[in-house]
Amino acid sequence: MSDNIYQPYVMRIEQITEEAPDVRTYRLRFTNEEEASRFVFKAGQFAEYSVPGEGECTFCIASSPTRDYVECTFRKAGRVTGALATLDEGDTLGFRGPYGNIFPIEEWKGKNLLFIAGGIALPPMRCVIWNCLDTRENFKDITILYGAKTVNDLVYKQELKEWEARPDVNLVTTVDPGGETPDWKGEVGFVPTILDKMAPSCENTIAIVCGPPIMIKFTFPVLTKLGFPDEAIFTTLENRMKCGFGKCGRCNVGTVFVCKDGPVFTYAQLKNLPAEY
Amino acid sequence: MKLIKKEDLPGLYGYLASAGKKIFAPVRKNGMVSFSFTSAFEEIEMSYIQTKLSAKAAAFPKIEKLMKYTIQKEGQSYEPYDVEKFPGIVVWGAHPCDAAAFHPLNAVFTWETHDKYFTRRLENLLIIGLSCTSHDEFCFCTSVGVHPGDTKGSDIQLTPLPGGDYLAEIITTKGEAVAAAVPALFSPAPGLNKEELVTSVEKRFDHEALHAKINGMFDHPVWKEQALRCIGCGACTYVCPICSCFDIQDEGGIFGGLRYRCWDSCGFGHFTIHTSGHNPRESQDTRWRQRLMHKFSYQPQRQEVFGCVGCGRCSRNCPVDMNISEHLTQIMAV
Repeated sequence: MSDNIYQPYVMRIEQITEEAPDVRTYRLRFTNEEEASRFVFKAGQFAEYSVPGEGECTFCIASSPTRDYVECTFRKAGRVTGALATLDEGDTLGFRGPYGNIFPIEEWKGKNLLFIAGGIALPPMRCVIWNCLDTRENFKDITILYGAKTVNDLVYKQELKEWEARPDVNLVTTVDPGGETPDWKGEVGFVPTILDKMAPSCENTIAIVCGPPIMIKFTFPVLTKLGFPDEAIFTTLENRMKCGFGKCGRCNVGTVFVCKDGPVFTYAQLKNLPAEY
Repeated sequence: MKLIKKEDLPGLYGYLASAGKKIFAPVRKNGMVSFSFTSAFEEIEMSYIQTKLSAKAAAFPKIEKLMKYTIQKEGQSYEPYDVEKFPGIVVWGAHPCDAAAFHPLNAVFTWETHDKYFTRRLENLLIIGLSCTSHDEFCFCTSVGVHPGDTKGSDIQLTPLPGGDYLAEIITTKGEAVAAAVPALFSPAPGLNKEELVTSVEKRFDHEALHAKINGMFDHPVWKEQALRCIGCGACTYVCPICSCFDIQDEGGIFGGLRYRCWDSCGFGHFTIHTSGHNPRESQDTRWRQRLMHKFSYQPQRQEVFGCVGCGRCSRNCPVDMNISEHLTQIMAV
């Protein structure tokens, strides 16, 4: 990227994975080697992805900084993601970033980790999960609770199998009532309900919650009931953004700009913000 | 303090124009005075209370072309516009409110990340301020820390004299360079008290007290009441000299086009709506609250500037007669 803060890197799509209906993962490579060697990011940061002529859209980097590639996972939903979804392997896209703060993984050493994700919100968390799994020795128990509307809507199906097979990961998957298939072996029920049933210990544990606003709203009280302090609950907000560096004004919530001060916040921090996210 | 005669203003204009500057000045057109680019001194309206649009476009244009993009078989490329080629602009005849507004704008565009499109345009600006000798019922600059004779932001400040000539204060080195280039236009000023020449705007509230009060008013019912008649047209934000929220859009075809940014407004529901349909600021009262809280609570806390200079444009131009100084006065009273 030049010193022009709006100029995207040009990335080439190396590999496309169809994750779920309308959900795709793109593995991206810099077209410029020098830019590739200078690029660094940390888990939790996001980027602006562009399809020239359509515009830019915002989402987290879904791959771990411990890997030598950049991946994004998105659902075809609006104008730009609609255009993004028409791209093929070998095509290029624009990429600006990384922006925002990070999950303080360094501070979580020696702790148990409880990941709770819903739907298309697993991608921003997958970055953190793989980061922690790639440095597995730093953490104690790792539990992942992941829910989607239907079995078909679960993303990263291959990785879910991989995590399920690992003895050092406790994976629980669930689908909304009615979303199960006859051969579904996971849980049936909403994420907060399943979490309540699992009743994980809050002892020396960090909870990372990512999901649609409604899931977050009902999951936080369950964690509180289980004894998790507000400072030990992390989430990432996804306010609408355009610039990524605190100028365009969209993601302003109280005195906070989600793009600069976030997107990662603790429940304790959220409690001091107006509920405009 | 110097004096510039009425008949010498065209000479000053001519010098600046011949130096290659584009001159952005109040122009009366269709019964409305607005800042526009001019080609002759005669187009300029020197006696006006307030322009329709502010002078902010001189550094933050309504539409800023950010870059060109091209799409070829081998891939895409982006070519940003060269900020070094931006022209020098003279903002001619900006009242103290408009001149002061560039500072809070700059605070946003240099907040940690520097936006060179803005900073370069600002560096290239020469601001000729114009003290106010009259005001109307919408003006409330003195309530937000600005004064009708303030020189903050101006490089040269003109204050109209009863006979038609102007007192000229040379404020900055940029201003000194101009005065030094055309010394014949400036003569020593007669001994006058500038304060007696400028208008006196009644102070309706204290902005520091407002800041202290509004910080804790997020959940107050006053926002709902005030915003009942707001139609969400966004006019207040477009005419505001400090509102700086913008959108980024692409325009073009399948082989190429341009990416630009344009003014946007927190008054619009679409400003914050998520792709999912969830909107953190769903109703007009929450958007009205955001506008005032941002200007008087959040901006002072984060960027140490007030988001208002009391120009009164938002009230003058509101199609449903919302009046910001009345609303702020009410907020101080509740």
